[in-house]
Amino acid sequence: MGHVRALVRPVPPRTCPAPDDWLPPVIRFENVSKVYARGARPALDDVDLEVERGEFVFLVGASGSGKSTFLRLVLREERPTAGRVFVAGKDLSTLSTWKVPHLRRQIGAVFQDFRLLPNKTVFENVAFALQVIGKPKHHILTTVPDTLELVGLGGKEKRRPHELSGGEQQRVAIARAFVNRPPILLADEPTGNLDPTTSVGIMRLLDRINRTGTTVVMATHDDEIVDQMRKRVIELENGRMVRDQSRGVYGSDR
Amino acid sequence: MRLQFILSELGIGLRRNLSMTVSVILVTFVSLTFVGAAGLLQVQVDQMKDDWYDRVEVSIFLCPDQSEQPTCASGEATGEQIEAIGAELAGEALEPYVQDVFFESKDDAYAAFQERFADEWWAEGVTADQLQASYRVALVDPEQYQVISDVFTGRQGVEVVRDQRQVIEPLILVLNRASLVAAGLAAVMLLSAVLLITTTIRLSAMSRRRETGIMRLVGASNLFIQLPFMLEGAIAATIGAALAVAGLWFGVTYLVQDWLAQSVQFVPYIGTDAVWTIAPLLVGVAILLAAISSVVTLSRYTKV
Repeated sequence: MGHVRALVRPVPPRTCPAPDDWLPPVIRFENVSKVYARGARPALDDVDLEVERGEFVFLVGASGSGKSTFLRLVLREERPTAGRVFVAGKDLSTLSTWKVPHLRRQIGAVFQDFRLLPNKTVFENVAFALQVIGKPKHHILTTVPDTLELVGLGGKEKRRPHELSGGEQQRVAIARAFVNRPPILLADEPTGNLDPTTSVGIMRLLDRINRTGTTVVMATHDDEIVDQMRKRVIELENGRMVRDQSRGVYGSDR
Repeated sequence: MRLQFILSELGIGLRRNLSMTVSVILVTFVSLTFVGAAGLLQVQVDQMKDDWYDRVEVSIFLCPDQSEQPTCASGEATGEQIEAIGAELAGEALEPYVQDVFFESKDDAYAAFQERFADEWWAEGVTADQLQASYRVALVDPEQYQVISDVFTGRQGVEVVRDQRQVIEPLILVLNRASLVAAGLAAVMLLSAVLLITTTIRLSAMSRRRETGIMRLVGASNLFIQLPFMLEGAIAATIGAALAVAGLWFGVTYLVQDWLAQSVQFVPYIGTDAVWTIAPLLVGVAILLAAISSVVTLSRYTKV
């Protein structure tokens, strides 16, 4: 645990002295609502929740239930219409625009469509994430191979994305999201394009990353995975949080 | 690492939109050539004014022996008339305007005439009596010609008051108009340059949406994302400016100094040093163009 805290930007709660092992929640939604178009049904409706450091959370619900909006709010790609979002100890509603990049360096993000750069090799794709935030070359040369080894892509550094299977491409995307060792990893249906066997491999990888202390929030439709993992499940329905269950399953009624 | 990375991104961008980059270079080249031409014409006009206005004077030609002017009906200007004019030029009323007065007698005029046309066969037949005496008046402010003219025109013994400036004024007028036309064309070209650079940057940003999207996602700073696009516009525009400076330099060297200066000799021409004087201005305009276009475009297409 001490190892993990060293990676996290320290957010000392100076005003209220807390016990040594107390850490603020990594993600906190305070009565958050999001309405995209005036008069439309809200994409998120009065959502109030906390995600603790090191948790693994499944975000489930039908398409349009607000899962992606939830993740976009955490990334501050959107701002809430009402309520406040706290990420890594920062109030996103008062976070100035020029500080947003620093927020995003603490969040890794993985998507259903991988979002790899087709003309770069596996190594270059992962290194890209470090290059663009100005990391020195020697740091990149040591960190990237370690991370590729971690996600199980050792020896495939020189391949290009189109030479890899879907599962391998998603591993590259996870390596890119995790290479900067962010305290938070968001995954938006990471197994949506993969077959069940491959999906299990990806889930094992995400579980391993979670065990290093990284908070993982994963939006998914995949009921089998949710049922197998027995992690915390938050269910959204039409923008409202209808269930928050630790060690839950996909459908509460089954 | 950072610099190297930005440079490689820049290279990719320039190569990917090569035809657009070339068109930006050409449009800036043409528009800045017009800006520069307008500037050089103004420099030329100023130089001509400086050079000539110091030397121009108002000439009060006194009546010669035979003249058709009504003021000269009584024949050649008398000594009294000449003295009266001289006294008035030196008098208090005209003092603020007159810098220097020089009386050229008929003999002086003859000497000057013979000197000037010494090689001409017909000059020998001219005698001093055929020439006319005149007062040459240098003015404090060459623009105040009208004052002298008002006082002496129509006076008995004065044939005509002539301002030498009237000889060169049309030339300066032509140059001023030409410089206005160049400036007008420059304005239109500059506008199209801005539009073209805007479009180029937008295309470049669109073609790299995937990259910029990932950059934003992993927390690259805004400047880092936008810098390659800005540099792309700035570099293309600066190359255009360099071409414009080169074009103007060739123009001044071969057109003005080698050709005009040989064929029309009485004009003091500008040299290539004038080109170097306006060169920083042109580069500045180019960078300004690129900066305006970048800010307008990028704030819309690569925002966080």
